[in-house]
Amino acid sequence: MHTHKKPPRVGDSVLVRRTLIGFVLLFGALLVVSPLIVIGVQAFSQGWKVYSATITNSDTRHAILLTVVTALIAVPINTIFGVAAAWAITKFDFFGRRLLLVVIEIPFSVSPIVAGVAYLFVYGLQGLFGPALEAADIKILFALPGIVLASMFVTAPFVARELIPLMQAQGRELEEAATSLGASGWRTFLTVTLPNIKWAMLYGVVLCNARVMGEFGAVSIVSGNIRGQTNTLPLHIELLYHDYQAAGAFASASILALIAVFTILAKVALERRGAGRARRPSLVAACQHNSAEEIRP
Amino acid sequence: MGTTLLRRNVLPGLPLSLGITLFYVALIVVLPLAALIFKAASLGPAEYWAIVSSPRALASYRVTVLAALVATLINLVFGLALAWVLVRYRFPGWRIVDAIVDLPFALPTAVAGIALTALFSGNGWFGSALAMAGIKVAYTPIGIMVAMCFTSLPFIVRTVQPVLEDIDPALEEAAQSLGGSDLAIFRKVLLPLLTPALLAGVSLSFARSLGEFGAIIFIAGNKPYDTEITALLVFIRLEEYDYQSAAAIASVLLITAFVMLALTNFLQARALRYTVRG
Amino acid sequence: MKIRLDTVIKTFDTFRAVRGVSLEIGSGELVALLGPSGSGKTTILRMVAGLEYADGGAIYFGETDATHIPVRDRGVGFVFQHYALFPHMTVGENIAFGMKVSKTKRKPAEIAARVADLLRLVRLEGLGDRFPMQISGGQRQRVALARALAVDPKVLLLDEPFGALDANVRRDLRRWLREIHDELGITTIFVTHDQEEALDLADRVVILNEGAIVQQGTPAEVTRAPKSGFVMRFLGDANRLSATVRDGVAYVGQTEISALDCIDGPAEVFTRPGDLDWASGGAGIKAMVSRVLDRPGERRVLALAESGEELEFDVEPERQIAAGDRGVVTIRRAQVFAKS
Repeated sequence: MHTHKKPPRVGDSVLVRRTLIGFVLLFGALLVVSPLIVIGVQAFSQGWKVYSATITNSDTRHAILLTVVTALIAVPINTIFGVAAAWAITKFDFFGRRLLLVVIEIPFSVSPIVAGVAYLFVYGLQGLFGPALEAADIKILFALPGIVLASMFVTAPFVARELIPLMQAQGRELEEAATSLGASGWRTFLTVTLPNIKWAMLYGVVLCNARVMGEFGAVSIVSGNIRGQTNTLPLHIELLYHDYQAAGAFASASILALIAVFTILAKVALERRGAGRARRPSLVAACQHNSAEEIRP
Repeated sequence: MGTTLLRRNVLPGLPLSLGITLFYVALIVVLPLAALIFKAASLGPAEYWAIVSSPRALASYRVTVLAALVATLINLVFGLALAWVLVRYRFPGWRIVDAIVDLPFALPTAVAGIALTALFSGNGWFGSALAMAGIKVAYTPIGIMVAMCFTSLPFIVRTVQPVLEDIDPALEEAAQSLGGSDLAIFRKVLLPLLTPALLAGVSLSFARSLGEFGAIIFIAGNKPYDTEITALLVFIRLEEYDYQSAAAIASVLLITAFVMLALTNFLQARALRYTVRG
Repeated sequence: MKIRLDTVIKTFDTFRAVRGVSLEIGSGELVALLGPSGSGKTTILRMVAGLEYADGGAIYFGETDATHIPVRDRGVGFVFQHYALFPHMTVGENIAFGMKVSKTKRKPAEIAARVADLLRLVRLEGLGDRFPMQISGGQRQRVALARALAVDPKVLLLDEPFGALDANVRRDLRRWLREIHDELGITTIFVTHDQEEALDLADRVVILNEGAIVQQGTPAEVTRAPKSGFVMRFLGDANRLSATVRDGVAYVGQTEISALDCIDGPAEVFTRPGDLDWASGGAGIKAMVSRVLDRPGERRVLALAESGEELEFDVEPERQIAAGDRGVVTIRRAQVFAKS
């Protein structure tokens, strides 16, 4: 007598199933869950007093503030860019479209250290604009603007990556119908496009935010690491850690870990509404997929 | 092929959206990278070559690439298994596993760095257990591999998962009706269909590992020639105000990133060659 | 290989897809399972293949109870509606797949020879190195058939094999499938919702509705002697008129139609468009023309009978007739069924 309702597919045998699930759970627990647990344990290893002292310490509070402000500036700007890029790329055909897609994706593959160094060579004293900025007494590097700019580089593709494949798959017909009925560009976008992309957009925003708040390598370079002034929370964590204040470092880390957990919960909730599914490993591939030749009947 | 000039552009908003896009891309992405390339190029071939082939730089490439290769291979096996389990099986806690695959992607690298160090250092939970078997992880190249494994895991899983989900069940049924055993069907039908996605995930994972910084520098030990990754070498040169070296070595990282990007795109294009879905 | 289904049942959650179907298929027969969507025909086919488990009843291959034998051991050849060709393999490799994975080892030369034979059989010589994406739908279906035949199946099962193709391609492939069947003599079952296809191809047609067999027989039997209004309407255009039966005669207004097997009471009279005649006056069912449709070979007239029911009938192409004309419809031949 068979106990399954459907005939078994490949890999449905009990042995294979149990082995694979066990293997996966074991390594998953080891590699992925343990870091979260150890953060919690270490953060409170010296008790609640040290934990709260760290959190309320002025340098920590400033780091949190700087991180949040950076995110509040970088994420919306990135979102506007992502939407504009997705609109231009998916609703129009123009020369260089594919090149633009590749360029947008570049930050995704580039090391954050390279990003930081590159910004140094634009706005730093040995960079293109350095001397001019110095003369005008404008501070970009080692101040908030530099941090924001470097963060924007690193997360530039995030919103665009979610929107472009989706909008490519959705096509142009709805928007064309709207404009043929007389709607203006803004009207069309707000009432026709936006409702269809809002979950994907929110998904991109959530991921972008997580990355901005957690960015370390690029910001290390452009911020100058001035305690209490230009340290974002990740940099502050490094500072405490190298100062042998492990518990304090983990306490600060626990805040970011909590944000990461919320990010994942938001991701799951948004995926339930269909966000994140249209993606392909590269944007160029996602756009190629729809313009490939049709199978002959 | 979208290279026809303004053929179907009946919708409004092209100038504005394209303008914003190009301005942003130029200012935020292209300008800095161009500045870096310019700076590196201004060194002149001889000096450039001397820096990027210096013993310490070469050692850093070796450390980074080796660790990235091993980590990517491990992630290949584990990522494929994870994707398979998430797509083909349902079990209590499935949803949690599916969600935490993204944790390395969502968790700040510095946080991951100190957490992994705490776990794998001599008196950490895993470190002490492994020490009894004579294996040292923290402050060794193995530590670098562990950090790379952690941060790059989601890439392979998330590239394979959708492709595995989309495989037509009729293909498996056809193979079964033709008499194939489970292993034969996996090897001859499923694996070939997954290979393009696997390769793309592998190249993304490898690229990420090469450039990773925050998660590695806490656990690595950072001894030059031993456990110093290339990204860290760049950072150190900056701290020494040796901007030329920093530029040169950073350009190596940049060129590698470009190559990996081109490779990923090429692999994806090949994949679509014969599995286009109408 | 004889196939026998014995009171086979299949339920999906609460939906009873197949309700106790019993069927016998003789060795070498070409049988069509015909019915509308949801009639259970594909489910039955898949249960014969082993791609679904039966929830009740048994399936016999010859004398063996095959109900619990897994699909890979049943020795069936299955052709899918959308071909299910392995996209990463060439045509030749697709066809060779069953031979390469089979438990009986064949030499590569043997396999290659057989692939060549099959390519000849399905008239695709020379296309062995192409990929599925490079050939047309009709060609793909022929490759699928060759692939299924390559493993010497005891029974060939086809699931709406031509459903995804153009009408002309369908017709050609239909004739060709019949030729292949006659040449090879394999027991064949195919599923379709297209009655023309079933009547054209099959030795025997099994008509299904809502999970049960409503009628089976040769194409001649089911078209000449339909057992219900459903069968009649499913097999072709049919008019339906309300009538009352009294003493073996059905009355539609003043018109009388013999209905010897019918019980007294309300009934329905079914006629084919070709079995009605139109006259401008005289005895018959009064009606008014609502539309005239010109088709190659005939004129199809849509009319509204006195009772308000719609009628369709054919007249010669030269006949003068237009919307608004009033006249009389007479019935030459009809089937009467009690109203269910």
